[in-house]
Amino acid sequence: MSCWETIQAYAFRSLGYGERLLPKEGFDLCQQFTLIGSGLIWNIYFGTLALFFGFFLANAVALAKASRHAVLRKPAEWYIFLFRGSPLFIQFFLAYELLVLLPKAGIEIFGLHIETSWTTRAWAGALLTLFLNTAAYSAEIFYGALKTIPRGDLEAADAYGLSGWAKFRRIEWPTMLRLGWPAYTNEAIFLFHATTLVYFSGFPAFAQKGDALYYANYFADKTFNPFVPYPIVAFYFVLLTLAVTGLYGVVNRYLNRHLPSNQRQRIRLRPNLIR
Amino acid sequence: MFEYCNDPRALEGLQWLSCYLTTATHFSFYWSFVTVLLLLLVTAPLALAFGFAGAASARSHFLPLSWLGRIYIAGVRGVPDIVFFLFFVIALDQGLEWFKHLFVCEDLSQPVWSNGEFRVCPAAKVPLGNASPFMVTAYSFALAVTTFAIVFGAFAANVLYGAMNAVPRAQLETAEAYGMSQSQVFRRVLVPQMWIYALPGLSNLWIILIKSTPLLFLLGIKDAVYWARELGSAKTSGNNPYPHGDWRLFYFLALLVFYLMATRLSEIGLGKITRRLSRGQATRSGEEMRKAGGQA
Repeated sequence: MSCWETIQAYAFRSLGYGERLLPKEGFDLCQQFTLIGSGLIWNIYFGTLALFFGFFLANAVALAKASRHAVLRKPAEWYIFLFRGSPLFIQFFLAYELLVLLPKAGIEIFGLHIETSWTTRAWAGALLTLFLNTAAYSAEIFYGALKTIPRGDLEAADAYGLSGWAKFRRIEWPTMLRLGWPAYTNEAIFLFHATTLVYFSGFPAFAQKGDALYYANYFADKTFNPFVPYPIVAFYFVLLTLAVTGLYGVVNRYLNRHLPSNQRQRIRLRPNLIR
Repeated sequence: MFEYCNDPRALEGLQWLSCYLTTATHFSFYWSFVTVLLLLLVTAPLALAFGFAGAASARSHFLPLSWLGRIYIAGVRGVPDIVFFLFFVIALDQGLEWFKHLFVCEDLSQPVWSNGEFRVCPAAKVPLGNASPFMVTAYSFALAVTTFAIVFGAFAANVLYGAMNAVPRAQLETAEAYGMSQSQVFRRVLVPQMWIYALPGLSNLWIILIKSTPLLFLLGIKDAVYWARELGSAKTSGNNPYPHGDWRLFYFLALLVFYLMATRLSEIGLGKITRRLSRGQATRSGEEMRKAGGQA
C-alpha cells in the first residue's frame, strides 16, 4: 500500500468512512500519521463545540455568581464548585452512568417522542460533559475578570450617564472579556487537551471510531513501541495549541485595540493541566 | 464481618446494607482510597524534587544543563498530560528492561524491538517472572509514582522557576556584595525567600494533583475508579450473595463526593498556610493584615 492509498483509506476512518478494518500490519509512519490525524477530527469537534456553547453559559454563570441575589448566586457558586472541584475523568464516568439511566424507549413529553439512545454516544454525552466543564472553568475566569474591572472605568460610565443594560453592554462586558481573555485562552488550550480523555473514560468507541489518542494507543498496543505513536500525538497537539493561540490572539488584539500598546493584555501559556 | 451476615439472603434493609458494605471486596474499595492518598503523599515531595532540579538546572549558567531544564519544562506543556501518562509507563518499563538486558543477558545479537514485539531474555524482565504478587503491585505502583512525578515535576519546575525569578534582585546583589559565591547565594538567600512566591502556584498544583489521581486507573492500578466499576456493575448471577442492579452511578457519586471534599479541605488548609506565610511580608495581603489590626 502506497502512502497515498493509505491516506485515501484512513483519512476519515474516525468518522466511519474508508477502510473498515484498522491496519493489521506494516504500521509504518504514514499509517500512523494518517490514522492519528484522522482521530484528531474528534478532538477538534469536541473542543470547538464545547468552547462555543460553553462561552455563552460561562457568561451567564459568571454574571449569576456576581449577582447580589442569593437565588442566582448560590446555584452558580455550587455549579462552579461541582465542576471545578472534581476530576473531569470522574465527571465523564458519572455522566455516562446518568445518561444510561434514561429510559431506552425514549421519553414522551406533551405527546412529543424524544429518542434517548444517542445521548450515551460519545459525540453527544462527552460533548455535554465537556461543555458543562468548560463553562464552569470559564465562568470562574470571567467572574474574576468582572471583579477586577478598574473602578475608574465604572465611574466614567456613570459620569457619561450610562446605567443598567447600556452600561453593561458597552463598558462592563467588553472590559470583562478583555481582562479575562489571556486566562480564557489557556482554558481553551487545556480543554483541547482534555478531549483526549473521552475515549479512555466511560464512553465507548463504536466500530473503533476514536480520537487521536485512541488510535495512538492502538498502535502502541500493536507494535509495543510507544516511541512513535505518542510523539505523533504530541506533534499534532503542539500544532493545535499553536492554532488556538493564534486564533485567540486575533480576538485578543481586537479586544485591546483601543488601548496604548504598553497597557495591552498579553497571552502567556500557563500550566493548568488536568481538570 | 458481622455475625448475622452469614446468610445475606435472609436480611433486609439497613442490616443488609451493613453486610453488603463490609464484604471483602468493599474493603478493597476502601483500601484503594488509601492507595490514592499514599500516591499523593509519595508523589508530592518527589514531584517537588523533580521540579526543584528542573528549575535549578534551567537557571544554570552551564548552557547544556540550562537547555535540558528548559526542554523538560517546555516539553510537558503544550501536550496533553494523559499522552505522557500513557507514554511514560511503557517507556519507563521498556527502558528499564532494555538497560537490564544490556547487562544480564548473554545473547545480545537479537534486536530488542522487532516485528511488533519487545523481547528481552527472561533474566532481564522487571519484575522477574517468579516475583511475588506484592512485588508486581509495588513495581506498577512505583512506575505510576515516577510517571506522576515526571509530569508534575515539570509543572512544579515552572512554578519554582518563576518564584526564583520573583525574588527581588537587590537581595541577591546584596548577598554577592558580601562575597558569597554563586552556590552560597542560591542556598542561603534565593531558596529560603522563594517559597512565598511559589506558594500560590504550588497550592494550585496540589489541587490539580488530587484531581489527576483517577488517572491511576489508566496506568493499570486497581484504584477507586476500578473498584467503583467492578462493584457497581450489575450482580445478578445466581451464586452472588448480594445481587443488585447497575449501581455504578452511586459508586461514582461517592467518588465525586470524595474528590469534592478532598479539594475543598485542601483549599481551606492551603488558605490557612498562605495567610500564615503572608504575615509580616511586604506583599499586599501582608499589608492588608497589618492594617486590619494584626490578627491573622
